[in-house]
Amino acid sequence: MKIAVLSGKGGTGKTLLSVNMAVIGENTTYIDCDVEEPNGHLFLKPKEVIKEKVAVKIPVVDMGLCNGCQKCVEFCKFNALAYINNKLMVFDNICHSCGGCVLVCPEKALTEKDKIIGEVQKGVSQGINVLSGILNIGEASGIPIIDKLLGEEPKNSQKTIIDCPPGSACIVMESIKDADYCVLIAEPTVFGVHNLSMVYELVKLFNKPHSVILNKCLDGKNPAEEFCIENNIKILDKIPFDSELGTLNSNALIAARESPKYKKMFSEIFKKIIEEAQHEAAVNP
Amino acid sequence: MKIAIPVNDKSLENGVCQSFGRAPYFLIHDIESKENTFLNNSAALSRGGAGVKAAQMIADNEVDALLTPRCGDNAAGILKVAKIKLYKTEGDSIEDNIKAFNEGKLSPLMDIHPGLHDHGGR
Ligand code: SF4
Ligand code: SF4
Repeated sequence: MKIAVLSGKGGTGKTLLSVNMAVIGENTTYIDCDVEEPNGHLFLKPKEVIKEKVAVKIPVVDMGLCNGCQKCVEFCKFNALAYINNKLMVFDNICHSCGGCVLVCPEKALTEKDKIIGEVQKGVSQGINVLSGILNIGEASGIPIIDKLLGEEPKNSQKTIIDCPPGSACIVMESIKDADYCVLIAEPTVFGVHNLSMVYELVKLFNKPHSVILNKCLDGKNPAEEFCIENNIKILDKIPFDSELGTLNSNALIAARESPKYKKMFSEIFKKIIEEAQHEAAVNP
Repeated sequence: MKIAIPVNDKSLENGVCQSFGRAPYFLIHDIESKENTFLNNSAALSRGGAGVKAAQMIADNEVDALLTPRCGDNAAGILKVAKIKLYKTEGDSIEDNIKAFNEGKLSPLMDIHPGLHDHGGR
């Protein structure tokens, strides 16, 4: 079973929830899809880490064959090609490796070469499989890394937690595409509502069963809660504002590993999520 | 000699556009004949790489200099290969900038920003 954890922006508690759930289940896998700023490994501190580079295809031109027709330039939706001063220029950092220009070139002047854009790291943290992806700075898209990460999920993994990138861009869609259930985490502020509504639209679009966990809850008005009630979104749980939890978290410790109190709290949350996901799978297979 | 300026509108009145790749129009001004032509920037609405596409358009129009408030690294790379000089505009007025350029008072654009590149709408 794959559970994706999403939020509209960073710092809402996405990784907090993900790593704490990962250490509770048995035979779980934690996948950090936040490839621009992976931080789950800082908490889980995996051992026996194996690193593998991820490469994409980038076009290279043979100027001896190129006749300057510019068909490739017109074709490229990402504007990664330019033809200037009788020379074709390729902008690797915005090329999305679609391969289209190579097909379109009538002179067969374009071929592809590998370019490394990042890596995946696989390790183990007290029996939990930890997979992280890292996108090199300045690269166009982390999607090839996410594809690779999701493909590396061990076959025997009973429960897999996918820590998604923040936001609702295509990289998030890629991260949740195989998820059985999505958990949205939100803060109790007006900004929190805005961020929540973005990810809510996304999971609706993908028709994923979902619910919300409200983090950092205080007494009094909670705009994120009101949003959920208005839109008929199930609120699975509320995590109260808690400075002890915050301190553990900012020291890169996993609360559920440090204290029985938090172990109990996250076990209950995890149990609810699993029940919800199983229920959804039974009614909407 | 021809110069290009990213502008907000097809007129000299509505000012220099603060973005290069995403400017709606480019003014092409001929220094000798004082003739003004406005080009639609087809890159303005593209999903990504607007700077590259806009720079290609500027190069295709055989201008000698680009007057702009800012420019990304990919576009600057193209303009360099095309031997188009980059100058930094001062203030919003199009006519003042043309005048300043003619008097040699504009400084070369130095701060080329790393790509914003609009990937995936983060
Ligand atoms: S399509 Fe081929 S021949 Fe035409 S400009 Fe591109 S590389 Fe050159
Ligand atoms: S591979 Fe696709 S994105 Fe890259 S330059 Fe060619 S057409 Fe553009």
